[in-house]
Amino acid sequence: METPGKNNATPSTDLRRLWQAATLVRFGFAAGNVKSLVFKVPEWVKHLPGQHYDIRLTSATGYQAERSYSAASAPESEGVIELGVEFLEKGEVSPYLWNLKEGGKIEIRGPIGGHFIWTSEMPGPLVLIGGGSGMVPLMSMLRHYHLTDTSRRPIVFLISARSLDRVLYKEELEELMGKHPNLSVVITLTDEAPSDWVGYKRRVDSEMLQEVLAKVSGGMPMTYICGPTGFVEAVSRNLVAEGAAPHLIRTERFG
Amino acid sequence: MIINEDFEPTRGRDKRLPPGQYETRDFPVLSLGPTPEVTTEGWKLEITGLVQNQLSFSWEEFLKLPIEKVKKDIHCVTKWSKFDTEWEGVSLDELMKRAGVGESATHVIAYSHDGYSTNLPIEDVRDGKAWVAVRYEGEDISAEHGGPARLLVPHLYFWKSAKWLKRIEFIDRDVPGFWEVRGYHNYGDPWQEQRYTFD
Ligand SMILES: Cc1cc2nc3c(=O)[nH]c(=O)nc-3n(C[C@H](O)[C@H](O)[C@H](O)COP(=O)(O)OP(=O)(O)OC[C@H]3O[C@@H](n4cnc5c(N)ncnc54)[C@H](O)[C@@H]3O)c2cc1C
Repeated sequence: METPGKNNATPSTDLRRLWQAATLVRFGFAAGNVKSLVFKVPEWVKHLPGQHYDIRLTSATGYQAERSYSAASAPESEGVIELGVEFLEKGEVSPYLWNLKEGGKIEIRGPIGGHFIWTSEMPGPLVLIGGGSGMVPLMSMLRHYHLTDTSRRPIVFLISARSLDRVLYKEELEELMGKHPNLSVVITLTDEAPSDWVGYKRRVDSEMLQEVLAKVSGGMPMTYICGPTGFVEAVSRNLVAEGAAPHLIRTERFG
Repeated sequence: MIINEDFEPTRGRDKRLPPGQYETRDFPVLSLGPTPEVTTEGWKLEITGLVQNQLSFSWEEFLKLPIEKVKKDIHCVTKWSKFDTEWEGVSLDELMKRAGVGESATHVIAYSHDGYSTNLPIEDVRDGKAWVAVRYEGEDISAEHGGPARLLVPHLYFWKSAKWLKRIEFIDRDVPGFWEVRGYHNYGDPWQEQRYTFD
C-alpha cells in the first residue's frame, strides 16, 4: 500500500525533477475565491491522486518564488495538470496565478508526495474531509474514483466552507452524486448560509463527524483531511477521540 | 528558464533564506496524520543501538541533564522558513557522551510516538548541531509542534527534526525513514535545495 512515491527512475532521467515550462490552456472558477487553472507541460508525468506540484515564478531581476499546489485533476486526465488556486490578499504568488492569461507560462515540477495519496486499488470505504481550498487534492481522488472504480464502496465527502459560494466544484459534485448512489456529499457553512439552507451551519465537531461517519459501513474507512492547519488539527483530533484509528487518517496542511 | 516579466515580488530576499524558501512569522505544521497525545507522565526517552550504555530517561530525569539555549533559523520543505527561533534542550553531544557511542556507529535513527522515523548521518548530530528540545520560545513545546520533546537539527529541512521523540538509535548503516522512502530527499540540505528523492 505504501509503494507510491518511490522512485523508479534514476535521478538523471527522472522527469519529475525538471522545471518545465507550463502553458495555461484553460481557466475558470472552482469557487468564488478559487480559480481553476489547467496547464500543459512538454513532458507530462502521471500523478497519483493527492500529490502536488511545485511552481516557480522568476522576476525580471532574477528573484524567484516557489509554492506548492495540489493537483485537482484525476491522473486519468492525460496530458494536463489542473490546479485550484485560492486568491490570497497580499499574497506573492496566488494573485499572479489569478492574473495569468491563456497562453501564459510559469515553471512547474513534479508530481511530488508519497503519503497523502489514495488510489482505487486501496480497499475499503473512503472519507474525504476538506476545509476551503483543501478540497483540491480530495477532488483529484474523487475524480479518479469516478473514472476508474466500479466498486460501490461507500464514500463521504465532508466539506467545510465559509459560505456556499466558497464550496469548490459544486456543480460537478452534484453530478457525481447523481451518478454514484454510494457517494454522499455533506456541506457545512461556517459563516454565512442562504435563508433556505437546511444543511449544517457550524464548524466540524464530534457530533457532525459521528453523523457523517454513520453513512460509511463495510469496514474501516481510509480518511483524508486537508485544509488550513487549525482545521486539520481540530478535525483529526475529534476523529481520534471518536475512536478512529490514527494510522488510517492521512493529513495535508496547506499552512 | 521562464522569466515572468510582469511578476512583482512582494516579499524580500533575506540572505538567511535558502533557495525556494520564504519567510513566515507563523509556525505552520507538517505532520503525516493526527497529532498524537503524548504526556510527560510515563514519558520515556531511550538511547539504543551501538552504545556502551543503553539509556532510558523519565521526564524528570531528562530535565536534570544540562539544558542549552539555542537560537536558530528553521526551514520546512513545504517552503517556509522561520528566523531566530529559540529553543531549550539537551545536546546530542551530551547524550552521546553519556551513552558511549561506539566507533562503528555511522547513522542515527530518530523514532516518534506516531510511528514516524527519520535518519541522519552521525556527523550531523555531533559537535553542537543537534538537540532534544523541550522548550520553544520559553514555553513547553505544544503538541502540534512535537511536545513534550522533539529533535532539533536546524541545519537540515525540518522533517529531520522528529516530533514526539521517543527513541534515538545508533546504527552502522543508513536506513531511510518515513518521508525518506516516500519521495523526500535522504539528506535534506536546504542550501542545496535537496527537497525530493530526485534532487
Ligand atoms: C503541499 C501543499 C499543497 C498546497 N496546495 C494548495 C492548493 O491546492 N491550492 C491553494 O490555493 N493553496 C495550496 N497550498 C498553499 C500554497 O502553496 C501557498 O502557500 C498559497 O497559495 C499562498 O501563497 P502566496 O504566495 O499567494 O501568499 P504568500 O506571499 O505566501 O502570503 C501568504 C499570506 O501571508 C501574508 N504574508 C506576506 N508576507 C508575510 C511575512 N513576511 N510574514 C508573514 N506573513 C506574510 C500574506 O499577506 C498572505 O496573506 C498548498 C501548500 C502545500 C504545502
